[in-house]
Amino acid sequence: MIWATLLMALREIRRNTMRSILTTLGIVIGVGSVIAMVTLGRGATAKITAEISNMGTNLLIVMPGSDRRGPTSASAPPLKIDDVKAIEREVSAVDKVAPTASRAALIVYGNKNWNTGVTGSNNEFFTVRRYAIERGASFSDAQLLSGAPVCVLGATVRKELFGQGDPLGAAIRVGAVSCTVVGVLASKGMSTFGSDQDDFLVMPLAAFQRRVAGNYDIGAVFVSATSDKLTTKAKQQIEALMRERRRIAPGQLNDFRVQDMKEISDTLGSVTGALTALLGGIAAVSLLVGGIGIMNIMLVSVTERTREIGVRLAIGARGGEVLLQFLVEAITLSTLGGMLGIVFGLAISYVATRALKMPFMVLPDIVVIAFAFSATVGVAFGFLPARKASRLNPIDALRHE
Amino acid sequence: MSAAPSGPHAPSAPSAPREEAVAPLIELRDVWKTYGHDESEVHALAGASLHIDDGEFVAVMGASGSGKSTCLNVLGCLDQPTGGQYLFRGVDVGKLNADQLALLRRSYLGFVFQGFNLLARTSAVENVELPLIYRRVGHAERRRRAMKALDEVGLASRATHTPAELSGGQQQRVAIARAIVTDPQMLLADEPTGNLDSARKADIMNLLVELNRKRQITIVMVTHESDMAEYATRIVHFHDGKVDSDRRVER
Repeated sequence: MIWATLLMALREIRRNTMRSILTTLGIVIGVGSVIAMVTLGRGATAKITAEISNMGTNLLIVMPGSDRRGPTSASAPPLKIDDVKAIEREVSAVDKVAPTASRAALIVYGNKNWNTGVTGSNNEFFTVRRYAIERGASFSDAQLLSGAPVCVLGATVRKELFGQGDPLGAAIRVGAVSCTVVGVLASKGMSTFGSDQDDFLVMPLAAFQRRVAGNYDIGAVFVSATSDKLTTKAKQQIEALMRERRRIAPGQLNDFRVQDMKEISDTLGSVTGALTALLGGIAAVSLLVGGIGIMNIMLVSVTERTREIGVRLAIGARGGEVLLQFLVEAITLSTLGGMLGIVFGLAISYVATRALKMPFMVLPDIVVIAFAFSATVGVAFGFLPARKASRLNPIDALRHE
Repeated sequence: MSAAPSGPHAPSAPSAPREEAVAPLIELRDVWKTYGHDESEVHALAGASLHIDDGEFVAVMGASGSGKSTCLNVLGCLDQPTGGQYLFRGVDVGKLNADQLALLRRSYLGFVFQGFNLLARTSAVENVELPLIYRRVGHAERRRRAMKALDEVGLASRATHTPAELSGGQQQRVAIARAIVTDPQMLLADEPTGNLDSARKADIMNLLVELNRKRQITIVMVTHESDMAEYATRIVHFHDGKVDSDRRVER
């Protein structure tokens, strides 16, 4: 009977080809956009993750403050240069250590000025963060030790203040401090998130602390492990050392963070994941609308075919059999739409990922979910019209004009 | 009655044929059908009693509103009486639920309507197959029996035509083939010639007479045309929801 009913439903759908296509369109677009959104979202996540691991998987960042919300984060004391020296001295798995402190400042040269970020650090900073000196030089040991007012410009800052001119040796004003340009960094361009990685300048840490910041706090310490494999070990060693130095009792939470790149990419992944879920959710609404479209057409179909239902009842169809027929019709329409939507969604995401230079990944789970959802839509929105049809009184149905 | 349903879902009717000698095919005992309440009450049937035996060809006549159509609906188990008893082969139809009524219609009754009521955009043979689908007849057997029924009404050559490609008389023949494809005990026809011209009317009536004589199918036909009623073996007149006159026709 199910088989005969399915054939009957297919015949019915073929009998009204145009209407069936229009009905199905809602589901096609719904399923298609869910699949396209989620596929694109996961592609973007994969691209970002790849770029982050490009930055070096042996990079660690030490920052004050807990990554969990709580009383410790507000009162977490800043890092000091002694902490940095302790890491250099006592952690065996550490290769290079670059303490940094930053703040925004207005830079002035001649009649041009530019708001940018000022970072105080040492020469290890350029290595660890993979910046290359394009012109001039990094800081000399004497400049670092004495806190000389010198700076190395990011490519964007150089362009904004000097245009095509030569910045080396020029005196610029950083906040209230006069500062000599000793080097220019090669451009790294935009980050994945659209921020300019060249819009900043670097001063020796001592100069920054004394002349710009006015304190001896250190905002973050960039650390590279001696090898990728030792990253975890370096992280554990630094954590143990910092707990000891900051006198954190066993069982108490850290009031500092040691992030590795994997952790950062996980964080970013959860952000893009949330974004994907949001877009997928919006697309799911269109799937819902598609379902309502099916219900609408099925209700119209029940009214239009009232006499037919009357005939079926008169020749001995039971109410349940009429219900099954209409339900199977709705489910067939929605699953056909679901299959077309999968093809359509994958095609769109293939084209879009190629255009955006993202990896194209077919995700079987989301394809299965979207398909199951479209079938569910058929059951849910087909049931009401089907029940209406099955409850018709045969005489009334036969008399229907 | 090889096509009689069996199993727990069948109505109690299937046991009836064995009592054939005892129970008459149709017995209406003081049947009432009332619509509305109190002052707006309308009695479509007001104490109708009727007895129909196997093999009869009964024409039911009467003015509009006389209750003849309501009577046919009750006989066809499409409508339940509000009073009195309807016995089909001795089974009280009033005690059957909707599913049991459907099974009774499926197993023993065939319907022919004034407006043909064929499925549009569906071939003649598929239309005729429809009742067999609900009887769970296999595909090949279904096609064979549908073609046989179409052959009986003289339309085997038009099997693949859709209703739109057939004349009114041909459509009604397809409808008759659909009604007899299940070998029903009784065929109920509601103004079967109402939408046809006089030449086609005669064709259809001759076909019904032939089915009645050769296959011994009991026919109950509602009509308002007395010349159509003359084809029957018995004419029952309805007036104000009651049987007014009941006479045999000599052929």
